[in-house]
Amino acid sequence: MTPEEEQVVRERQRARAKVMAWLLGAFVVLVFAISIAKMQLGG
Amino acid sequence: MNTMTNPNVSLPAEWRDFLALTKPKVMRLVVFTGLCGLLVAPQAINPVLGFTAILCIALGAGAAGALNQWYESDLDSKMKRTAGRPLPAGRMDRQSALHFGVGLAFFSVILMELATNMVAAAVLSASILFYVFIYTIWLKRRTPQNIVIGGAAGAFPPVIGWAAATGNVTLLPLLLFAIIFLWTPPHFWALSLFVKSDYANAGVPMLPVVAGERVTRHQIGLYTIPMAAVAIAPWALGLTGWVYGAAAIALNAVFAALAARVSLRRSIPGDGMKPEKQLFAFSILYLFLLFGALVLDHWTIGA
Repeated sequence: MTPEEEQVVRERQRARAKVMAWLLGAFVVLVFAISIAKMQLGG
Repeated sequence: MNTMTNPNVSLPAEWRDFLALTKPKVMRLVVFTGLCGLLVAPQAINPVLGFTAILCIALGAGAAGALNQWYESDLDSKMKRTAGRPLPAGRMDRQSALHFGVGLAFFSVILMELATNMVAAAVLSASILFYVFIYTIWLKRRTPQNIVIGGAAGAFPPVIGWAAATGNVTLLPLLLFAIIFLWTPPHFWALSLFVKSDYANAGVPMLPVVAGERVTRHQIGLYTIPMAAVAIAPWALGLTGWVYGAAAIALNAVFAALAARVSLRRSIPGDGMKPEKQLFAFSILYLFLLFGALVLDHWTIGA
């Protein structure tokens, strides 16, 4: 792999990791909101 | 993620390619019809749970789209319209697409069950399985009727939305299912008339390729009749008010006029297939407006 290719790989990995972090954060918030909603419904 | 299974792929896929696997454009109609099913249900749903239900419908549709692209990458590479997708373009390996699709499918169904109920989760899983196994793997390459039966896959969202809110499935959501089911053939065959050569090159037995243009045009006209009848049925049966009834009659009159024009004409080489393109474009608008009218009717008249 050339240094340019390695650079592209790192950039893509970094971008994917960032998106994954945002999605995981959103999922945590969503699960929290679902739990509150379910508790309000008495479920 | 593993990129070694396809020798053409040497770099890891971008996150945008995973997003492209979910067919976001197709998802808009799925999400909209699912939302309408949820909004017209007689039982109101908690907004957070309603949002989650729609999210799960979108994720389930995305999973089905990803698995469809995983299975059809060979076909996609032969068609101009689909050659730029991540797999045929060599931007992603097949194994990544498979893992992504299966993971997303399980995630969407489990989250749906946790947030809403078992009925909604069961219908969601049935819709994913139907699209992947019945339509993509079984029917699409074998029969020109592929889109007729396969249309059921796209008809599930309003039923899922309704089930998420109520926990059951009654006559109205089944009629909404039937509307999309009967709308799919004329919608898709209008498209297949002007991308016929693409399907022929890929060896997909779409109706215009197998039975010819004349038969396809007749079938578009024929399918419009039961579609219009089922679209008007919710009002005729007293399940909706006059707002929906008036919208359904007007929209079906326009659809029928456009379908009749396509049905009765013969294309001449180089004519641009304008009537077919108009019918295809209107068919999308038709579904948006019809389901929008259903929600408006529910909010204003509350039938």
